Amino acid sequence: VANINKATEGKDEVPILDLMESAIEAGPGFRNSGGGHYNHAFFWSEMAPPDEAAKTKPSEQLQSLIDKSFGSTDEMKAAFEARAAPGAVFGSGWVWVCVNQAGDELKLVGTPNQDNPLMKGAVEEGIIFPILGLDVWEHAYYLKYQNR
Amino acid sequence: MILKALGDKAVRAATVHVQSSKIPTELAKSSTALFSAYSGGAATLPDLPYDYNALEPAISTETMTLHHSKHHNTYVTNLNVGLEKLDAALSSGDVSGLIALQGAIKFNGGGHVNHALFWENLAAPDSTTVGPETTAALAASSFGDLATLQSTMSAQTVAVQGSGWGWLGYNPQSKQLQIATCPNQDPLQATTGLIPLLGIDVWEHAYYVDYRNVRPDYVKNIWNVINWNAVEERLIAAKK
Repeated sequence: VANINKATEGKDEVPILDLMESAIEAGPGFRNSGGGHYNHAFFWSEMAPPDEAAKTKPSEQLQSLIDKSFGSTDEMKAAFEARAAPGAVFGSGWVWVCVNQAGDELKLVGTPNQDNPLMKGAVEEGIIFPILGLDVWEHAYYLKYQNR
Repeated sequence: MILKALGDKAVRAATVHVQSSKIPTELAKSSTALFSAYSGGAATLPDLPYDYNALEPAISTETMTLHHSKHHNTYVTNLNVGLEKLDAALSSGDVSGLIALQGAIKFNGGGHVNHALFWENLAAPDSTTVGPETTAALAASSFGDLATLQSTMSAQTVAVQGSGWGWLGYNPQSKQLQIATCPNQDPLQATTGLIPLLGIDVWEHAYYVDYRNVRPDYVKNIWNVINWNAVEERLIAAKK
């Protein structure tokens, strides 16, 4: 947060989604710190304490997209876990479930460092919209899981 | 036979210093481990030249144990899996399959090479001093002296985005010392042509247990456990 504020100091305020779209072109400060801020804010908002999380489930619309794109929730989870497995990501990065531009299919993608699929040029599918992300930087899991 | 040739190439970068005529016993032991690591086509995890607690307080026993026996070991295991697949693709002339394996080979092979170099360029605190070749090379280079090298290399290493390494290398064309950083497990020599003299691992697993997110403190403290004998031996060998 500190670093993206430094990078944007004195400039006109830009909506965060626009900041994300041009983040790769705008340079490492925007890409790494802007991306890092967006990704973590997104990450915190998608999680909840276990007992609260247990009370939630995908909406009908989301479930039908999951079934259409992956076959079933279990198959989506298996594909997601494979994408996030050690050696699947060659370093720091994130794994995302995204909805495509047309809104009719879900895609599973990975991005390095603090890139995300909202950034032009980040993933080969073009700009797509994350609905679920997993931080696989070592800092996200090292204290609890070490290398596991 | 193909596996051994591939292994030798990967190992050459890590063991240039073995060609030097004067090798301290510990270096020779671990270098031999690395050389023999590829007989029969399989890479093996080299032993550390010291105990897991030898680098305290700069790097804890816990970190050294995890880093060597888990992280490095995993690179070795997965490199061997990749080499087997490579051998199969080579034997069957499966070019597409060969190409598809490149990422994993670079990642796991680089991980193995980098960590093997790393263990050898670390030593118990204050147990080594900068040798004459290194001192002369520093004086003749843009760094001028050790303090300038340390501050420059620390700054560039800390600034690595995500996972990667900071390196002091020898440029065989310019015959000068040079600092470089590489992302992920990209190996220095294959990526830049520089011959590795000293590496600093800044993947979070290298420092998170001891320093949490404060990478600058880790990089500052690691200078207390650098094995200058290894740097000297590597530089002498690189100049040959």
